[in-house]
Amino acid sequence: MSQLSSADTETAEAPAIDEVRNDVLAAFSARLGDGIVGSRIQPGHDLWIRVSRDSWAATAEAAKQLGYTFFDFLSAIDWMPSPFGRDMDAQEDIVVSGAQAKEPQPMMQGYAGGETRFQVLARLYSINAKMGVTFKADLPDSDLSIATWSNTFAGANWHEREAKEMFGINFVGHPNLINMYLPTDFQGHPLRKDFPLLARRVRPWPGIVDVEPMPGVGDDEEGEGE
Amino acid sequence: MGLVESGKLPKPLAKLLNISRKYSIWAYQWGLACCAIEMGAAFASPRYDVMRLGVIPFPASPRQADLVVIAGTVTDKLAPAVVRLYEQMPDPKYVISMGSCANCGGPYWDSYSVTKGVDQLIPVDVYVPGCPPRPEALLEGIILLQERIAHEDMAERWKGEPIVVS
Amino acid sequence: MTTIDEPQSVADLAASATDNRVNLDFETEGMTLNMGPQHPATHGTLRIVAKLDGEQVVSAEPVCGYMHRGYEKLTEVRTYPQINALINRIDWLGSFANEVPFILAAERLMGVEAPPRAQWIRTILFEMSRVANISLFLGDFGLQLGGMTAGFYAFRDREWVLNQIEAVTGGRFHPNFDRIGGLKDDLPKGWIADTHVAMDRLLAFCDEMEDLLVGNEIFQSRTRGIGVIPEDIALSYGLSGANLRASGVDWDLRRDGCPEGLVYDKIDWKVWTHPDGDCFARTWVRLQETREAAKIVKQLLDTIPSGPVMAKVPRIIKVPEGEAYVACENPLGEMGYYVVSKGDLVPFRVKIRSASFNNISVIPWVARGAYVPDLISILGSLYFILGDIDR
Repeated sequence: MSQLSSADTETAEAPAIDEVRNDVLAAFSARLGDGIVGSRIQPGHDLWIRVSRDSWAATAEAAKQLGYTFFDFLSAIDWMPSPFGRDMDAQEDIVVSGAQAKEPQPMMQGYAGGETRFQVLARLYSINAKMGVTFKADLPDSDLSIATWSNTFAGANWHEREAKEMFGINFVGHPNLINMYLPTDFQGHPLRKDFPLLARRVRPWPGIVDVEPMPGVGDDEEGEGE
Repeated sequence: MGLVESGKLPKPLAKLLNISRKYSIWAYQWGLACCAIEMGAAFASPRYDVMRLGVIPFPASPRQADLVVIAGTVTDKLAPAVVRLYEQMPDPKYVISMGSCANCGGPYWDSYSVTKGVDQLIPVDVYVPGCPPRPEALLEGIILLQERIAHEDMAERWKGEPIVVS
Repeated sequence: MTTIDEPQSVADLAASATDNRVNLDFETEGMTLNMGPQHPATHGTLRIVAKLDGEQVVSAEPVCGYMHRGYEKLTEVRTYPQINALINRIDWLGSFANEVPFILAAERLMGVEAPPRAQWIRTILFEMSRVANISLFLGDFGLQLGGMTAGFYAFRDREWVLNQIEAVTGGRFHPNFDRIGGLKDDLPKGWIADTHVAMDRLLAFCDEMEDLLVGNEIFQSRTRGIGVIPEDIALSYGLSGANLRASGVDWDLRRDGCPEGLVYDKIDWKVWTHPDGDCFARTWVRLQETREAAKIVKQLLDTIPSGPVMAKVPRIIKVPEGEAYVACENPLGEMGYYVVSKGDLVPFRVKIRSASFNNISVIPWVARGAYVPDLISILGSLYFILGDIDR
C-alpha cells in the first residue's frame, strides 16, 4: 500500500516546523474547505496541496485572490509504472543468465497522495510573499477531463494544450485545444507510460557500461558495448 | 553545356573547372539547433573565418546556393521543409550534415519525434561528427568537400543522377 | 510617440484600433504571412502565422514543435548522469545553466550538499553562461533590426567567455560539467587571472553595445513604446527573467527563491528593473544584467574558497523517493525541473519548466495591432531559444 495514503495531511518529519507554509495552507483551507483532499509540507522547501477535481477552477480563483498571480507551469503525471521497465537492463543478460523478469510494480502516487493514474500538476508563485505552491488534482480513468485555468491565468492556455497532446487530458472550457508540439496527425499520447519508444523496442539497450576499458586494454569482445 | 554532359570535356579544362567550382561555394546555412551556433561561429566570426577557404556564407535564398549545411536536429515535423529546401537548390548541389543529430539522430536516437539522420531525407556528401562539432571540424568537413569536388566527374553531376561513391 | 504613462491603455488602444479597422471604405482582404520555420528573425525553427490587415498584424499565432525532441519522455529512460548530459542542449547558448536546477533538485532529494568550493565555481560558471547567452542576444537583436555590426561583435567577444568555459570544462558548448554532489573537475592553473581579463573584455563589450545600439536613434524609435506588456499580463502569462523585470516586477530567483547550492547571498549585487515594459526596456535590462553578471563573476573569483570539489556520493546514483521542484534564474528566465523519483537509477518523471515557453505564449496578446517590423522587434526583445520552447 502506498506509504503516502490519499488522506495524507502531515508535515514531513523534520525538526523545523514551517510556520509560513502552515499559514499558507490554512489560508487555502479557509477558502476551499472540503476541496482540499491532501497536502504535504517539505519544511523550508515547498508546499503541495491536492484538491478534488471539481474544485480545480475554484482553486485558481482562490489562489489569485490570495496573491498567487504568477503562473509557473501546468502539466500532468502518469503514475503507472512503465510496462517496458526502465530499459536499463540488458536484454542479453536476461536471456543468457535466465534472470527472472521483474514483476510489475504497484502504482504508488507521490507527495500529497493520490488515488488515480493521472494527476494534473500546477504551480503558482506569489511575488509579494515570495512563495510557491504546487497543486495536484486526481483524474479518474473513465473521464480524463478537468476545468481549464486559462480564464484565470492566461499562460495556462499553452500548458493545457501541451498536457492534452502528451497525456490526452481534456480541459473543459479551453478556447483552442489543438496540438502544441506534435503534428496534427500524430497518433497516441507520448508521455503516457504505455507509449513505447520504438527505437528502444527495435534495438534493446545493451546494458549499462560503467567504466569502459581503455582501448587495447582488456578483452575486445566484451568491451565493445555498442 | 553539351560538352560537359557528354563527358567529352578535355581533362585540363575539367580540372580547371573543378578547381574554380570548389573555391566558389555559396553555402546556405540551415541552422536548426545548437550546431547552428557553432556554424555561426565558423561562418561569421573572425576567429574561424570560412571565407578564407573560398566559401561565402550568406546567400539570399536557397535558389542561389551550392551547398547546404544542415546543422541541428531534424524533427519529423520539419522534415518536409528540409526536402523542399533541397529541391529548391539548383544542381550541382552538395549537402553537409553537421552534428550528431543530423548524422544519425544523435543523443535523441530514441525520441518519438526526431528523424534519425537527415540522410533519410536527402543525399549527404560529407558528415561532420560531433556534438557540437568544433568550428574547426566544420571547416575540415568543408575542406573534404572541396577535395571531393576537385576530383569529381562533372558529367555525372550534370546529369543529375545519384552519385555512386567508388 | 505617445508617452508611456499607462502601458495597459496604450496596448488596448492599439489592439482595438485593429479591430475597428474593418476597412469599409476599401474592401481589402487580409493576408496570411507565414514567418518561418526557417527565418533569420526567429532564432531557430519557430513558425509564426500572422494574419495581416495591410501592414498591421491582426493576429499572430506561433506554431511550435519544429524542434520538439521529446525531452520529458527521454528522461524516463536515462540515468541521472545521462540526463545531465542531455539537458545541456535545451538552452543551447548558456548550456551550463541548464544543468544547475536539475542537479540541485537531485541533490535536494538525496540530501547531499556540494562543498563550498564547488558551489562557488558552479555559481561562477552559471553567471558566465548568462554572460555568454545574453551577449549573443545583444548582438542578435541588433542583427534583426538591421545593425549587422552588433552581431559580428557579439560572436567575436563571446569567444572570450567560451575560451574560459572550455579551459575549465573541456567543451565550448554543452560542458556537462556539473555532477550530483559537486563538479567534475577543479579549475586549471591560471584560470582565475584569465577569467578576470575575459570579464573585463565583456564589460568593454557591453559599453560598445551601449554605444552602438542603445543610444542609436533608429534603435530607439524601433523599440520605445513597442510591444508594451503591463505587469498583470506578464504575471498571468508567467513571463520570467528580464521580460518580467522590464515590466516593473522586482522578482529575481537568485535573490527571492535562492536555492541552496548557489552563493548569491554572499556577494553584493543588484537586480535591475525598468517600469516601461516595452522592447527597449527589455533590452536595457538585459544589458545591465550582463554587466552585473560580469561583475558578479569578478567578485566571486576573488573569494573562491579552497577545498574539494566533489562530495562523497556513491558511484551509481540512486536518488531516494520523493518529489522536488527547483527553479533557478537562468539567462532566459526561470527554468525549473520538477523531478519525481521512485528511488531508482532513473527518474520517474521530470517536468521541465522552460522559460521561453511562457515567454512566447504572450505573443498572440502583444502582437495584436503591431506593425510587421514591430513584430520583429517584439520577437527579438522577448528573446527565446527554440530548444527552450520546444524541449
